[in-house]
Amino acid sequence: MNTFFSDLYKKANTGFWPVVIAFAFLVVGTISVYLNPRSLFAFLTLLTTPVILYFMKIDTKVKVFIGLLLLIVILPVLGIRNIFYLEVIFQMAVFSALALGLNIVIGMAGLLDLGYVAFYAVGAYAWAIFGSKQMSLLHSIPGAAPANAEFFLDARWFWLFIFLGVGLAALMGILLGLPVLRVKGDYLAIVTLGFGEVIRVLALNLDKPLNLTNGPQGITPIQRPPLPGVVQALGNALTPLVGHVPTEAEIYNVFFYFLALIIIGIAIVVATRLEDSRIGRAWTAIREDETAAIAMGIPLVKMKLAAFAAGASFAGAMGAVYAANRTFVSPETFSFQVSIGVLTMVILGGLGSIPGVIFGASAVTLLNIQILQNFSLYLSDLRQSDAVIPIINFPWKNLSNQLDPAKYQKLVFGLILILMMIFRPSGLIPAARRQRELGDEKEAE
Amino acid sequence: MALLQTNNVVKRFGGLTAVNKMTFSVEAGKIVSIIGPNGAGKTTFFNTLTGIYTPEEGQIQFKDKSLLGLRPDQVAATGIARTFQNIRLFGSMTVLENILVGMHIQLKQGAVDTIFRSKKFNEEEKDAENRAKDLMEYVGLKNVGNELARNLPYGGQRRIEIARALAASPTLLLLDEPTAGMNPNESEDAIKLFRRIRDEKGITILMIEHDMRVVMGISEYISVMDYGEKIAEGSPAEIRADQRVIEAYLGRGAAVAHEQKV
Ligand SMILES: Nc1ncnc2c1ncn2[C@@H]1O[C@H](COP(=O)(O)OP(=O)(O)OP(=O)(O)O)[C@@H](O)[C@H]1O
Ligand SMILES: [Mg+2]
Repeated sequence: MNTFFSDLYKKANTGFWPVVIAFAFLVVGTISVYLNPRSLFAFLTLLTTPVILYFMKIDTKVKVFIGLLLLIVILPVLGIRNIFYLEVIFQMAVFSALALGLNIVIGMAGLLDLGYVAFYAVGAYAWAIFGSKQMSLLHSIPGAAPANAEFFLDARWFWLFIFLGVGLAALMGILLGLPVLRVKGDYLAIVTLGFGEVIRVLALNLDKPLNLTNGPQGITPIQRPPLPGVVQALGNALTPLVGHVPTEAEIYNVFFYFLALIIIGIAIVVATRLEDSRIGRAWTAIREDETAAIAMGIPLVKMKLAAFAAGASFAGAMGAVYAANRTFVSPETFSFQVSIGVLTMVILGGLGSIPGVIFGASAVTLLNIQILQNFSLYLSDLRQSDAVIPIINFPWKNLSNQLDPAKYQKLVFGLILILMMIFRPSGLIPAARRQRELGDEKEAE
Repeated sequence: MALLQTNNVVKRFGGLTAVNKMTFSVEAGKIVSIIGPNGAGKTTFFNTLTGIYTPEEGQIQFKDKSLLGLRPDQVAATGIARTFQNIRLFGSMTVLENILVGMHIQLKQGAVDTIFRSKKFNEEEKDAENRAKDLMEYVGLKNVGNELARNLPYGGQRRIEIARALAASPTLLLLDEPTAGMNPNESEDAIKLFRRIRDEKGITILMIEHDMRVVMGISEYISVMDYGEKIAEGSPAEIRADQRVIEAYLGRGAAVAHEQKV
């Protein structure tokens, strides 16, 4: 049976077949999502296209063409038809960036960091505090904002704050690293976990003596960058494809989608280039054997700090983007569970594997915000029907409302972590080392 | 003046004095061996030289500078490279990458060069890769550059470790039982390799070795340790005739001394 499938795959993976298959998924997926914007199945079909592109033997030019077609034309158009998809993909990109960053720390350098969400929070709160009216409310108690409060900075400062988010998060990474890197393994995990909580609790309580974070209520409204005419024009260009004139909210969604796409693109390039360099090799060497690494002249503390800083910076950038996208941040968004979620993505995809963690982030995000939700909806539909569970004759109506799969995120994270650790510790797309042209292979023949 | 000079180096683990008053020197350009029964303190002595342990007492001078208080990476930067008794490779990196890690100190590329793939970066990487290939050939590794280090057989792994140490272009190479676990043919090759390293690259070699054929065949000078102390030193002929050495070995069981540790 197994060989049947692998033979079939081999046949499908030769000649022009891969291109045909990729196009088939692309076209069928696009049409079915277009006609049926609510169907999860249609959406999943479409999302299979990039997976096919990654795995099958297709000419690079064709890959790039299909990929760009999907990312730049199809997804925005479909996304405006069902705004939820842009949101899903935006979140996939956000979490992919987080996973790429955490992958540097855990996957490459082997440092178990359970407080990674803190860096995300730093980036988000940086823009939240300066990009909202919060600076004018420093002396007022939460909830009692005077009507004349002004935005502190012009919305265009947002662009700078993406970079500031990078810098601040990197700095936090170093500040955390300095005391923490003396401890190893489990201890490091505990200390970083504590650090993550400290940042969240600070956000929760820094509404006194100066109201910096507005406490548990969070900060809103946070400004979005003003969109120049070009983007408006793009919106108009989309009109015939979408079937109506896109609203401002829709255009903003497309804008954030593209912004996230650009950042994730940069993150991939940076992570890939770091990995394949003196710095990345030093990180991996530290992960593999600290004693040997230091004997080769690698300064452990410096390189570990660099890993913390580099990893944190990805989260910092995405934090600022997230704050602007939501126009709202609150401490709740930065709970320990997010750190665990990102860890789950990294482990599911493959520690140290850049394509792996992107896949992991996409899969877990999809599972989280769409598949579980859909399942919940399905259950609640059943509850309202007269159907019974066969054999045991249990009416769905009597099923407890407490049983809501969307609330079982933690369970799902836990299950994924356990199953992966037992059955496939190197992840779904395990890390592979770059193969070099060594030129001696042929002599051996 | 000796290349490496230690004076009364003492290293204790709690009540155990693993290295006791070691006064020892290595002349530049020589191949020097340290021998001694199991547990004599040889590896511990290496670890104090390379900064893994800080000695409780004594001085260590390398190229007329003190190594005391330096971290292992700083010691490495002064020109000392080493291999380990129980091979320590970066198992899930390729053979070539292991050797590139050995060049860490010499490579000058920074984060900005790396991210923007500057000309400097590309040239340096190309150059490093070529050097790594040369080193693989030099130590006799063929067609394994892209293999993961952990997948190589034992002898191959020993070679990688040596190539990785050579990649740092050291002045002094410390080898901790480099032929342990090798068959006589492999040991023979290893001896030739060590000679070439010294003769062609001018690298001074200090090694710990149990295999007497290797020790006597290659060393120009031998120090013998027992219970943390240096009990004898001299040329191979002198050591062979030294009463205390024979006692140290035979008295504590020649079998143990010849046991080849992995
Ligand atoms: N980290 C350590 N902590 C405590 N004791 C140690 C430590 N390292 C070594 N020792 C002890 O110090 C003594 C010297 O050990 P060392 O490894 O230096 O011996 P060696 O001469 O290299 O022996 P071998 O030939 O077996 O490699 C031994 O008694 C050993 O048990
Ligand atoms: Mg030893």
